[in-house]
Amino acid sequence: MQLSLNLLIALSLVYVVFLFAVAFAGERLAAQGRSLLRGPAIYTLSLSIYCTAWTFYGAVGYAARSGLEFMTIYLGPTLVFIGWWWFLRKLVRIGRAERITSIADMISSRYGKSNGIAVLVTLLAVVGTTPYIALQLQSVTLSFGVFAAPGTQAGDLTGLAFWVAAGLAVFTIIFGTRKLDTGERHDGIVSAIAVEAVVKLVALLSVGIFVVWGLNGGLGPTHQVIATSSLADWTAVPGRWAGLILVSAAAVICLPRMFQVLVVENSDDRHVATASWAFPTYLLAMCIFVVPIAATGLARMPTGANPDLFVLTLPLAEGQGGLALLAFLGGFSSATSMVIVAAVALATMLSNHVVMPLWLAVNERGEGRASISGDVRGVVLRARRASILIVLAMGYLYFRATGGTAALASIGLISFVGMAQVLPALAFGLFWTGATRIGAAAGIVTGFVVWAWTMLLPVLASDAVLASGPFGIAVLRPEGLFGLTGDPLVTTVLLSLGLNTLAFCTGSLLTRPTPMEQLQAPRFVQVFDRAAPRRGRRSDGARADELLIMAQRILGGREAQALFAGEATLQGRAGDLPETTPDLLERLERRLAGSVGAATAHAMVTGITGDAAVSVEDLLAVADETAQIMDYSARLEAQSAELGRTAAELRAVNDKLTALGHQKDAFLSQVSHELRTPMTSIRAFSEILRAEGLEPSERAHYAGIILEESERLTRLLDDLLDLSVLESGQVVLHPAPVNLRHVIDRAVTASGRTGLDITRDPSSEDIVLMTDGDRLAQVVINLITNAGKYCDAATPALRIQVRRDGAEVTLDFIDNGSGIAAGDRGLIFEKFARLSDQAAAGSAGLGLAICREVMLRLGGDVTYLPGQGGAAFRLRLPDLEPVSRAAE
Amino acid sequence: MVETNDGTPPPGRVLLIEDEPNIATAISFLLGREGWRVSTHSDGATALDAVARHTPDVVVLDVMLPGRSGFDVLGGIRAGTGDVRADLPVLMLTAKGQTKDRERAAALGATRFMTKPFSNQELVAAVADLARGPV
Repeated sequence: MQLSLNLLIALSLVYVVFLFAVAFAGERLAAQGRSLLRGPAIYTLSLSIYCTAWTFYGAVGYAARSGLEFMTIYLGPTLVFIGWWWFLRKLVRIGRAERITSIADMISSRYGKSNGIAVLVTLLAVVGTTPYIALQLQSVTLSFGVFAAPGTQAGDLTGLAFWVAAGLAVFTIIFGTRKLDTGERHDGIVSAIAVEAVVKLVALLSVGIFVVWGLNGGLGPTHQVIATSSLADWTAVPGRWAGLILVSAAAVICLPRMFQVLVVENSDDRHVATASWAFPTYLLAMCIFVVPIAATGLARMPTGANPDLFVLTLPLAEGQGGLALLAFLGGFSSATSMVIVAAVALATMLSNHVVMPLWLAVNERGEGRASISGDVRGVVLRARRASILIVLAMGYLYFRATGGTAALASIGLISFVGMAQVLPALAFGLFWTGATRIGAAAGIVTGFVVWAWTMLLPVLASDAVLASGPFGIAVLRPEGLFGLTGDPLVTTVLLSLGLNTLAFCTGSLLTRPTPMEQLQAPRFVQVFDRAAPRRGRRSDGARADELLIMAQRILGGREAQALFAGEATLQGRAGDLPETTPDLLERLERRLAGSVGAATAHAMVTGITGDAAVSVEDLLAVADETAQIMDYSARLEAQSAELGRTAAELRAVNDKLTALGHQKDAFLSQVSHELRTPMTSIRAFSEILRAEGLEPSERAHYAGIILEESERLTRLLDDLLDLSVLESGQVVLHPAPVNLRHVIDRAVTASGRTGLDITRDPSSEDIVLMTDGDRLAQVVINLITNAGKYCDAATPALRIQVRRDGAEVTLDFIDNGSGIAAGDRGLIFEKFARLSDQAAAGSAGLGLAICREVMLRLGGDVTYLPGQGGAAFRLRLPDLEPVSRAAE
Repeated sequence: MVETNDGTPPPGRVLLIEDEPNIATAISFLLGREGWRVSTHSDGATALDAVARHTPDVVVLDVMLPGRSGFDVLGGIRAGTGDVRADLPVLMLTAKGQTKDRERAAALGATRFMTKPFSNQELVAAVADLARGPV
């Protein structure tokens, strides 16, 4: 061992100085606005504080003891980053939108800016993180011990741990509390931990490469070594694996330091997309050589050697002093970066949620409006620095108390499970507006108690309590709570998270969210969907100068004045103080939240404006927004339904128009035909008559044809005009008392020689009706001439029957022909519907169409009467004014 | 006196299928005056039989016929139904005069198409043309 302890300490100091330089350079660059530092690469590297000394040293030890199980610690985060990156993105977006300062601030903000919840989470974080910080101190101390000369007292090393803790406190205070607004991020610290991330990766990879290719001589022999070691005997326990993956997945989100780098230090939520593949890749690189190192260590190192230190002891034993030194620096980096960020995160929580509220409460009692008196800025910074010292002191004391006995991995797991208790409140809070403060508190307290009892206590308590339970109550024995025997870790995880979630959901379902929670919930749950609802505050009590004074106390004079000047310019009052509009208060509170946390900022602003209570208008605004969205979507739905209806109507109209168009075409075509046919004869015979040499009889015959066809044309035009008048409803009726017998008499006479043998019963026809006699006669004439034209009997006959039927009079016209086929009966009343096309009849097929229209106007109808032997038509007329049976 | 056009082949037989008696009278007179032997038939349903029976040199065919439309009769003739000459010259007459009727007649293979009312001279010349065979 060529490396003396003193040299090592000197080297560490040089390294620390180097880190200081990096941090300073980082801050300087950030101040100049260099974006390089805040790119996705730095973001991903800063996430590597997940890999602490536990993973640097402990993973090898873990592998040596439990085989591949150490992988779960990497699998959890990998799954989160690859599969759940949308969850991370939401988290990050909220963090930036709400200027979240810590995980406690996040949860408190979500649940109505409740400081109680924040204190609870802070407490949990402190208790959960302290062992972890102790773990880092222990690992650094152990690594120093490896290099120490044999025989060095443990006490000396403990002293070393103290100095390490002190040094870290100094570094953290210098770079962690330079700025008040944690929302503005710690560029120095992030730069330093990014460098450390590279150092530890390079160190571990170097040791791994040395072990595989230097010691074992390649991949093949290394595989032999692994195959012959006890690692090969490992068997997976599914339950334990699932539990460990779950816990480490929760930890990567909930650990205060992870939340710090993941959310608070994030400058752009698009970096999450890069980290979603880059961070798992980093983890893969970190764990790729763990098994070879562990197997080789087990094979080469003397039995009883601490496997947690194989990374160091293997190179040392092989005389690779330089490599060992690099490994030492890697471990040192892992430990220090974790401690620094954890201390910053915890200090922020402690000062914002414990110290500041206390300070406010104390001062309020003495001086009334506390928020505008005293140097708040200084108080916050001092609180934060004190908190850092407290956190590190607690870590050191825990290390002293436990004597550094427990294996690295188990301490890490205790911490993981502890912080995982925040997960239900956090995750449900992001997706369920119904989650309440009471539910969150109940869940966290339940989980915390179960965890403390089953995991924390066994490390601290006496063996007696462990063996037989408190006061001898075996059921409450920490390592077999409620008589559950099984893997203690799995039991604890399931029990604590299960009861936690149960309590959370029960609490949330049983309680109503407070008005403030109702305001806050949508800002979290729907962070991507819309702009946050604004509060309509009453600001009558607030004066801008009071607010400015308070803001100056927290943000510093220059920044506060710049903020107010900017607001004034926005309001068009440049050079003056802004009016205290709700917008101003909203932004001011958000800005202050970045420094002192949402709960404290809210308390301070409302301390001045005096409207701590959420107004009904605020809640209405939230409800309004929801209502507006619903209304909007309802309107959209209605619109689209209306469009559908309109389209259907248009289609129907179009169909109708198309049909009408076809009808018109057909009508014109028929009219053309009916006009052209007589015209053909007239033209042909006119030309013939002009020629010489016709017999007089021929001339007379042909002239007769011309006359006949001319009459046919006239008739057709009359019918067309008549029909057009009837159809348009412009016909003028002249109702008068009419005797049916007279009408029929007239019609029979007018029909002329039809060749029909007409049978009548004049006595039944003696009915006086109030109707238009001329029009009725027209119908009767049409029916009689129709029968004359179309009745195909050898001796055509027509029977006319009149009957009075209640308030109705019917006239039936029945001939003795072959009638009309059933399929054609619907057609005959249409225009130009000449079934037989017997042009000899000289009609255009408008007769029945006219009959139908006339009967319609007279208030009755005409129908075909089936089953009468021949063609039969029935006229029905309303007997509106039955004057009397016999009008004579 | 009856005039004959110069250079025309001796007139042959014409079958006139037309249901309007006055038009049939007119066409029979016009063609008869030119020396054609004209037979008339007024029913669409039996028109093909009449064509087969009369074996005319030219058929003058109305479109609107009772029983069967002139288009169907034309289709029957062109299909050679019932021993009729499939290449028989057919002069279609219609009172509708719409373009689509003209197109339909052409598609079915009408040799000539005329719209009522027609000029007597044109009708007579058309029948003489058809009798002379394809140009």
